[in-house]
Amino acid sequence: MSEQMRMTVENVDLYYGNFRALRSITLNIPANRVTALIGPSGCGKSSFLRCLNRMNDLVPGARVSGSILMDGEDIYAPHVDVVLLRKRIGMVFQRPNPFPMSIYDNIAYGPRIHGEKRKAVLDELVESSLRGAALWEEVKDRLSKSALGLSGGQQQRLCIARSLAVKPELLLMDEPASALDPISTAKVEDLIRELRENYSIVIVTHNMQQAARISDYTAFFLSGELVEYGPTGTMFTNPRDQRTEDYITGRFG
Amino acid sequence: MTRQRMGDRIATALLWAAGILILVILAAFLIRILGQGLPVLDWNFLTSKPRAMAAGGGIGPQLFNTFYITALSLLISLPIGVGAGIYMAEYAKPGRLTELIRLSTEALASVPSIVLGLFGMILFVNGMGWGFTIAGGALALSLLNLPVLVRVTEEAVRAVPQSYREASLGLGATRWQTIAKVILPSALPGILTGVTLVAGRAIGETAILIYTAGVTVSRHFPDPSLMAAGETLAVRIWAVKSEGLVPDADRIAAGTSALLVLVVLVFNFLLAAPLYWYRSRNSR
Repeated sequence: MSEQMRMTVENVDLYYGNFRALRSITLNIPANRVTALIGPSGCGKSSFLRCLNRMNDLVPGARVSGSILMDGEDIYAPHVDVVLLRKRIGMVFQRPNPFPMSIYDNIAYGPRIHGEKRKAVLDELVESSLRGAALWEEVKDRLSKSALGLSGGQQQRLCIARSLAVKPELLLMDEPASALDPISTAKVEDLIRELRENYSIVIVTHNMQQAARISDYTAFFLSGELVEYGPTGTMFTNPRDQRTEDYITGRFG
Repeated sequence: MTRQRMGDRIATALLWAAGILILVILAAFLIRILGQGLPVLDWNFLTSKPRAMAAGGGIGPQLFNTFYITALSLLISLPIGVGAGIYMAEYAKPGRLTELIRLSTEALASVPSIVLGLFGMILFVNGMGWGFTIAGGALALSLLNLPVLVRVTEEAVRAVPQSYREASLGLGATRWQTIAKVILPSALPGILTGVTLVAGRAIGETAILIYTAGVTVSRHFPDPSLMAAGETLAVRIWAVKSEGLVPDADRIAAGTSALLVLVVLVFNFLLAAPLYWYRSRNSR
């Protein structure tokens, strides 16, 4: 790959207690591209995603070894400020998780905790983030209403907008459409394709059609190992590994 | 009718009866207390000072002391109890210290209130030489509130969905920002329910206060001094019925009982109103 890299991952192992959830993963995440992580349930793709913004720090007994560099800097180095790191790396979760606040306060939450108090700036950020997440037209008249009143698909786009509001360099998405109906899923997929212009995206999905539709690169995980990683087109038409072929042709998983 | 459907009918009937029974008990209780007590309640009774020997005394100072001591004890126990609850739910790692704190909380919760009263008397009344005071009463009462507040807060904080924490931390919030801006607001209804519970118990508490705040009131009314004796409504009921010299002890006890029920009701309402408003604002 002759791409500019946002993140380089080398020989990463992840342990939960004595359980080895990831086995020496090596993989580079290109800038301004969509990288899809696919594989059957329990293969470690979500665990891997959570290594990238150190969300696994929250899990008692979780240990990461190997190196993960973001723009050349080791994100697990002792002097790294995890809070700052997570500001640079946005995350969207499997189930929409808006805060029980108004739509406006949800989007403004990130900028506010990072010290932004000016109303005009916040107003602008809320609008641009909601536009960025293709939600503005639907909610512009009810910004002060609770975010919990939105539909599931709208909530998920709200969560994407909330991530965008802190201007991350990398966006991690953990099966962002798995709890959504087909129409909402289509909207979120369109959105991901648009976001690619300005963001680097890593998306976990169990839906192979989705990976084929939206991603530039695909990584196939199986039992904690990275089996194959390459351009999505090649991967789906001409996989190198027999296991990849078996999986994408639906022979298991 | 099959046996299963028969069983279903019987279960429904029994559970219904249990629900109704609660209602009947409460209704009978309220009708009697309020029926006897409400006629006694008038402006004079609510605002005048008690009399030692003659009939016609009021319970003004006791009413004042009830609110005063309850509020003071909450003021002392809320920050500590809620703080410890948050610590237990969010910060405490499994280990010796955590176990010790949990054990202490449970031990404190199981101490009979009369023992807390005697402890308060030894410490504040005799040890510090304060005599019977509002301050001593409020401090001893805080010991009763504390374990409940710790537990209720811990449970309310634990009940906040993990997804809120992840969302907040994922945006680059610190742990404290996450707690202050997302977790506590979400846990607030649960915590307030606990405060209502604690306040209700504190308002009706006698054993602790008899030994710490005493069964007399200040000569001035209202007297905001922390060092004044602080008989409360509940203690007044006990005192006037067991050792009262006034000829209208029954009348005073009945009136005070009705007032006590109303005070608890008012207190619960005052706490529930903002809760209701908060819920309706955030749910939809």
